[in-house]
Amino acid sequence: MRIPKPLRNPSLVIGALISLFIIFCAVFAPLVATHGIDQMDMRNRFAYPTALHWLGTDNFGRDLWSRLVFGARISLTIAITSVACSAVIGTTVGLVAGYFGGWVDMVLMRITDIFLGFPAIVLALAIIAVLGPGIWNVALAIIVVAWTDYARVVRATTMVLREQNYVQAAKALGAGYGRILFREILPNALGPIIVLASLGLGTAIISESALSFLGFGLPPPAPTWGWTLAYGTKFMRDQPWLAIVAGATIMLTVLGFNLLGDGLRDVLDPRHLSRGGRK
Amino acid sequence: MLAYIVRRLLLLVPMAVGMVVVTFCLLLLIPGDPAAVLLGQEATPEQIASLRQSLGLDDPWYLRLLHYFGQLLHGDMGTSIFQHQAVWDIISGRLGATIELAVVALVFAVVIGIALGVVAAIRQGSIIDTAAMLFAQLGVSMPVYWLSLLLMLYFAVKLGWLPSIGRGVPLPQAFVAALTGHPQVLWDSFLHILMPALALAANSAAVISRLVRTSMLEVLHEDFVRTARAKGLRTGTVVIKHALRNALLPVLSVIGLRFGALLGGAVLTESIFAWPGLGQLTISAISQRDLPLIQGIVLTFAILFALVNLVVDLLYAAVDPRIRLG
Repeated sequence: MRIPKPLRNPSLVIGALISLFIIFCAVFAPLVATHGIDQMDMRNRFAYPTALHWLGTDNFGRDLWSRLVFGARISLTIAITSVACSAVIGTTVGLVAGYFGGWVDMVLMRITDIFLGFPAIVLALAIIAVLGPGIWNVALAIIVVAWTDYARVVRATTMVLREQNYVQAAKALGAGYGRILFREILPNALGPIIVLASLGLGTAIISESALSFLGFGLPPPAPTWGWTLAYGTKFMRDQPWLAIVAGATIMLTVLGFNLLGDGLRDVLDPRHLSRGGRK
Repeated sequence: MLAYIVRRLLLLVPMAVGMVVVTFCLLLLIPGDPAAVLLGQEATPEQIASLRQSLGLDDPWYLRLLHYFGQLLHGDMGTSIFQHQAVWDIISGRLGATIELAVVALVFAVVIGIALGVVAAIRQGSIIDTAAMLFAQLGVSMPVYWLSLLLMLYFAVKLGWLPSIGRGVPLPQAFVAALTGHPQVLWDSFLHILMPALALAANSAAVISRLVRTSMLEVLHEDFVRTARAKGLRTGTVVIKHALRNALLPVLSVIGLRFGALLGGAVLTESIFAWPGLGQLTISAISQRDLPLIQGIVLTFAILFALVNLVVDLLYAAVDPRIRLG
């Protein structure tokens, strides 16, 4: 039997498997978790992985697997929300700038450059400082920086697409700007947006966990991955397992979304391969 | 080239104005009375009134924005609410440490990234290529704070080879000391900066290695490389003198962007390694909600980033005439 071409791309397959596993754990957290997030087992403090505690326990004997599974819900909620909002804002800006060109393009792109000019984590921290921690404030802090990537990529794609015959035909038939932008150009610009969104999920997870790690994410008892890692560092010298597992979870998740993004790029943009990428 | 420099410098002006506006808007984002929010629940009405006055909160926002611009043009970033010191004085005392860390990390990132990218490209499809790209994928996915902790755990706690926290003598002074017969000072500074710089560099090294690999593979298939090979030149000469020189152009263009990422990453690395730079200052300013200091730091990071990008763009234009003529 012939295997479909996308399934022959190892990045895509491995990335999709990891991503789906993490999403599955987050969605079905109450079923997947083996213990409550605050359930203590004082006889098994700092336990290494066992049949009872799959990833071991912390200093209160709380099950690490269960805490990380519930933490996935928070991380993914923030990541998906921020990526969706960033994609909508950035895509709209990119479509408008790329289609109209001229002073509209210049103004929108200069605004994009200004936001791009701030180191992401610094601006995100400043926003959290003024708004305070909270799931939506953390998402907002990520959005403020992340939309710029979509704006730049979609603008470049739109500038090419606006010259295509089908766009010119729609224009000649009297189609309004909304129809041309969102019904004619956008569907053909979706490839790069999907790739960026997949890579953006990884970046958003790193940003969210960085804010939590520094103590500016969701306050406890929310079992965020960043906070679990920061908590683990207190016992780093004698019980490094806690911090290692929390960090590895973040890395594995980001790796999954990055591989998925790379794989999607190979599949959706075959030119990328011929430019000297993977052969 | 002069016209390009002037054009690029003029572009910096609206960028800087925009950055000031964004920084100013941070104050407008605060819900409720900013003075009461910033000072916390234990503040007295007198303290709140005093802060309202010093932040100019009784004026309309556009007057405050104009006042903020006026202040900045006079080199005044305001006064820290909690340290009662000029914001620029606090920042300038820390800036050197952060720039030092970012520059050393950038050097590591460029050297490691180019080496890995070149080796992966000339051994395309081999196990070396796979290993190099696996490293790159892990480097991109690994949070800088986790890598910092792992390095600290292994090299400082377990092996005891490197100091876990702090900074030695600033590198410029350490170089002077080494030249005047005290090489151990430079060695000590190097040991202190090694771990934070490596942790900070990993992500950028991964990005650069992927870029160099792609770029090298493209160049290695160009006609001029084939001609060089046909002339009988040794592989090393072809790779280094012909292919690499051309493949490095795209790398130069991302160095500016990577420097921004390094500045951001420095916030996390500095907080873990107790590196006394702007990153550590950012964390303490944000913990205290010291808004004038936060605004000053954000603006300093942004301007620094813009200046580095300007220098990189000018270098790029000097190397590649298509940029300035295009």
